[in-house]
Amino acid sequence: MMRFIPVREAILGSVTLILIILVASRFAGFVAPSNLANVFNDTAPLIILALGQMVVILTRCIDLSVAANLALTGMAAAMINVAMPGLPIPVIIAIAVLMGGIMGAINGVLVWKLSIPPIVVTLGTMTIFRGIIFLISDGKWVNSHEMSAAFTGFPRAVLLGLPVLSWVAIMTVIVFGIVMSRTQFGRSIFAVGGNPHAAVYTGINVGKTQFWAFVVSGALAGLTGYLWVARYAVAYVDIAGGFELEVVAACVIGGISIAGGIGSVGGAVLGAIFLGVVKNALPVVNISPFWQLAISGSAILIAVAFNARSGRTKGRIILKSAEATQ
Amino acid sequence: MSVIKKLATSVALAGAMFGTPAFAQEEVRIALVVKALGIGFFEAANEGAQEAAAELGNVEIIYTGPTDTTAEGQIEVINALIAQQVDAIAISSNDTDALVPVLNRAMQRGITVISWDSGVAPEGRQLHLNPSSNPLIGNMIIKLAADHLPDGGEVALLSATTTSTNQNIWMEEMNAVMGDYPGIEVVATVYGDDLADKSYREATGLMQSYPDLDAIIAPTSVGIVAAAQAVVDAGKVGQVNVTGLGLPSEMAGAIESGASQSFAIWNPIDLGYSATMLAYELSQNGAEAAPGAEIPMGRMGTLTLDENNEGAMADPFVYDASNIDDFKSIF
Repeated sequence: MMRFIPVREAILGSVTLILIILVASRFAGFVAPSNLANVFNDTAPLIILALGQMVVILTRCIDLSVAANLALTGMAAAMINVAMPGLPIPVIIAIAVLMGGIMGAINGVLVWKLSIPPIVVTLGTMTIFRGIIFLISDGKWVNSHEMSAAFTGFPRAVLLGLPVLSWVAIMTVIVFGIVMSRTQFGRSIFAVGGNPHAAVYTGINVGKTQFWAFVVSGALAGLTGYLWVARYAVAYVDIAGGFELEVVAACVIGGISIAGGIGSVGGAVLGAIFLGVVKNALPVVNISPFWQLAISGSAILIAVAFNARSGRTKGRIILKSAEATQ
Repeated sequence: MSVIKKLATSVALAGAMFGTPAFAQEEVRIALVVKALGIGFFEAANEGAQEAAAELGNVEIIYTGPTDTTAEGQIEVINALIAQQVDAIAISSNDTDALVPVLNRAMQRGITVISWDSGVAPEGRQLHLNPSSNPLIGNMIIKLAADHLPDGGEVALLSATTTSTNQNIWMEEMNAVMGDYPGIEVVATVYGDDLADKSYREATGLMQSYPDLDAIIAPTSVGIVAAAQAVVDAGKVGQVNVTGLGLPSEMAGAIESGASQSFAIWNPIDLGYSATMLAYELSQNGAEAAPGAEIPMGRMGTLTLDENNEGAMADPFVYDASNIDDFKSIF
């Protein structure tokens, strides 16, 4: 069974490479290392959020509130910065992660203790979070000239040739690579999504695992909230509007089964990078803007249809081999 | 006799019963429906509407709108307003045609409907208030770019969505006067969908695709801020001038960094004020919206309607390093 996951990732990786080559044939500058680094940097928020979403989807839940969580923590971080310009950036990041984590915990508690379906819970909290941004900001923007130089400078600061924003994404990928494959928490995430009943018999608390999955997703959304607002140097109610669907799309393209239990860190990262390349390539290849939406939409559908097909085949093989052994 | 007397009394009573609420309901309720809540421009328009309400005395402003810029969201809001039986609706629409049926329903129920800022098709409203005349804005956005390019150059447009009514009209008007600006070439038009991240990405793409680009014209407040940030991050301050339509409070940083030399906007406070005055005139003072009509709008003078029942409020105003500090705290 493990054999199939690397194959899927290899295919997604090569599709992304082919896409990059196709774009390069129309606009050579796209494959310049500096531009590829820019594309990766631009995709970094999506990668971070996709990893959080992956953990949630693996436990058979879904978190639609990530973009709203991001926007709320981003706005809060910006407002804190305006009120206290001297506050060091690590403190702001800690506050953002904590805030995001708390919002994730709210989702988690509702799913765990009240057994409300996750899609309903996060749909509700998504709207509530957006509403709260409006309340705390009074509908006003926080603009670049109001933010301190350190606040907007942090994600752009270049370290070993890459901006800090990119490094944060790389660190997150490494941490998740280890956590998902080497720790009890990571394995119990797969167990809960793969077969909740079996998970209970092995002593895993399904609800509690889902709760922690939401906390992880929320904390990552909080972290991204600060990075996003600092990068675009503007905070307002609508930032990252509709971004939650892109995050889910990145996961699904990356082969994370929406039914839970199947998926990998590599898949989520590749799914995010694929979407990032599509988003960054379309503006430079001179395709009519009217076609851009259709093209990114079809790319998502094709990838998902492909994943659904390979997922089905795999299921049949397992059943057949199970029958054969009986 | 007594029967007649009784009848008279009950008629008087009934009259009193119907009459009293009419006196109590003297408050005129005008709904200011915006593209989406939480946009600085519309918040400022609301301030103007409140100012007009204070001036008129008996007006209550209902400032409302969806939380995202969709026609569907506005339709829901309008349905709610019809149910509340407001006196007038003044709307900045997210779609020219999609709102016509629901606004027609509002007018059938005796509600005055006008559009402002971003218009509704003529059959869906009584009049439309343009913040400025479209030809003036179209000319202004290209003039802002051309003023800093005496020897000509390449400019690109960064718009909102492909279906944004006002941006499309301004770009059309801009193309109509391109002959007056020899040497200026529009190399591309891209759409940032009024999202900071997409606008930023599109602006970055423009600078990559056209290395000799001299100016980015963004006739939208989200796009112009994002483009200015993209220019700063690409290290192209001084090479690429970002201009177009933006708000002083949001553009102060871009003027300071030099990413933008100048930009223009009409005063949203005046716009909200005028929309409220017009709605009041039509709804309460029996003003008739017809081609050629002149309708007063308080301190802003009068609005003269053209054959499409549209009128222009005032000229756009240019902001640059010399006056940005005076305006950035206002709106």
